[in-house]
Amino acid sequence: MIITRKKPIEELMGLVGNAKTVAIIGCGSCATACHTGGQPEIDELTKTLEAAGKQVVATTIADYCCMNLGVKGKMKPLVAAKPDCVICMSCGDGVQCVAKNAPGIPTYPANNTMFLGEAARFGVWEEACHFCGDCVLGQTGGICPITQCAKSLVNGPCGGQKNGKCEVDCNNDCAWIKIYKRLQEIGQPEKLAETREDKGYKNFTYPRTISLKGDKK
Amino acid sequence: MSILKEALESGKFGVTAEMAPPKGYDFSEQMEAAALLNGKVHGVNVTDMQSASLKASSLGLCIKLKEAGIEPILQMTGRDRNRMAIMGDILSAAAFGIDTMLALTGDHPVVGDCGESKPVYDLDSVGILKMLTKMEETNCDCGGNEIAGGAPKFYKGASVTPVYDPIELQINKLRQKVENGAMYIQTQGIFDLDVFKRFLEKVDAAGIKTHIMAGIIPLKAAGMARYMNENVPGIAVPQDMIDKLAAAAAEGKEKGVKGLPMQLGIEMAAEMIARIQDEKLCDGVHIMAIGAEKNVPTILEKAGVKI
Repeated sequence: MIITRKKPIEELMGLVGNAKTVAIIGCGSCATACHTGGQPEIDELTKTLEAAGKQVVATTIADYCCMNLGVKGKMKPLVAAKPDCVICMSCGDGVQCVAKNAPGIPTYPANNTMFLGEAARFGVWEEACHFCGDCVLGQTGGICPITQCAKSLVNGPCGGQKNGKCEVDCNNDCAWIKIYKRLQEIGQPEKLAETREDKGYKNFTYPRTISLKGDKK
Repeated sequence: MSILKEALESGKFGVTAEMAPPKGYDFSEQMEAAALLNGKVHGVNVTDMQSASLKASSLGLCIKLKEAGIEPILQMTGRDRNRMAIMGDILSAAAFGIDTMLALTGDHPVVGDCGESKPVYDLDSVGILKMLTKMEETNCDCGGNEIAGGAPKFYKGASVTPVYDPIELQINKLRQKVENGAMYIQTQGIFDLDVFKRFLEKVDAAGIKTHIMAGIIPLKAAGMARYMNENVPGIAVPQDMIDKLAAAAAEGKEKGVKGLPMQLGIEMAAEMIARIQDEKLCDGVHIMAIGAEKNVPTILEKAGVKI
């Protein structure tokens, strides 16, 4: 899931600026789960905007703000309400998809997009994947060194751990100690010995497009 | 040919020291210390922004040392440079006759004094060694393009932390460093020879063949030892050493004599080096005096080490 966090309200109000009428679109998936773009958050933002003298002319929730086809339909009534601006309460991907479907209308993000992660428990999200494009989890006991190691080291730990904690943030366990223990637990300690190929970056120039019909040449 | 290589491969007891470039562009203090080391060591490591604290670059001071006739060891981390920048610096170093280097992953920027700096880590220590070895074998750069006049040959080294739990992880990474081209290894500072011996036994048991140089940090005060124990990964100064340093400080205060703890630190470092050499524990020592490089000749003299 894409983990988002609300922007400070002052920053969002700064973006809205002198706009008098506002439309809001939330997101029914990740942002709802993160409490940053579901119905309660839309209601709260509506109140804040109205208290600041703005008129909220339309609100809606797309199932996924990142799916163009669904967003297109959801945006039609919002665009018809002719707002001075649209606020999108999703991740950065959703904001861009919504903006494409808001011709001539400024579209602003309500959230900062933080990371791809998991809901570890209620109200707590942990970063889990860096979209490196070349998954190593099969060699590392299902623990990602690219994400869990602050230096994204692929060949084992640096010398920087102290009592099993990372030199960068002592709240975090050393990823490679976790990988070592997990590989032992699942009977694959030999995988630790493999020197991994350096991850090249040639194939990771962005922006990228993936199509089921095949990649563009 | 690398002087360190010549020494280690001919079975001599290798001796290296270490110094940091200044946060500035006046190298005179470093050059004065280096002049004292001339003829006493097989090389001087020049750190690459150790502890991620901004300093003049390692290459700059290495060139200055080389010009003054002192053998520099170019420390190169992956923290601030991608593979192109590392290879470019290596080629420049070779142009100045520098032929010995040490590959490190590098401390993360957030633990240093320019916390907003982007961490690079395109290659880790193993990756740097692997890239340079491949360069030497193929005479090609990191993109597979031919290097004009062929690739320079470096005597490549790496580091290891003997005090580490679980030690298997360090041994495993050490093996990868050696397999990928590290020909000598400098260790993190060691203070307990029994712990160090157990580490060397594990290296042997893993079938790793390399030249190991024991890291020696001359202690200056009990406070320094306590601070390092608290804050520097892989450092474990035994309590009795700390107690002796504290006693020396108390004695100095009573007698009104300054510098007794530092004197004791010099004695302790010399004693350790002498034991390492006498008992043939490993192939040499790497002395990290942390700003007190001028003491290194005294330490070597007291230890009875000559190169």
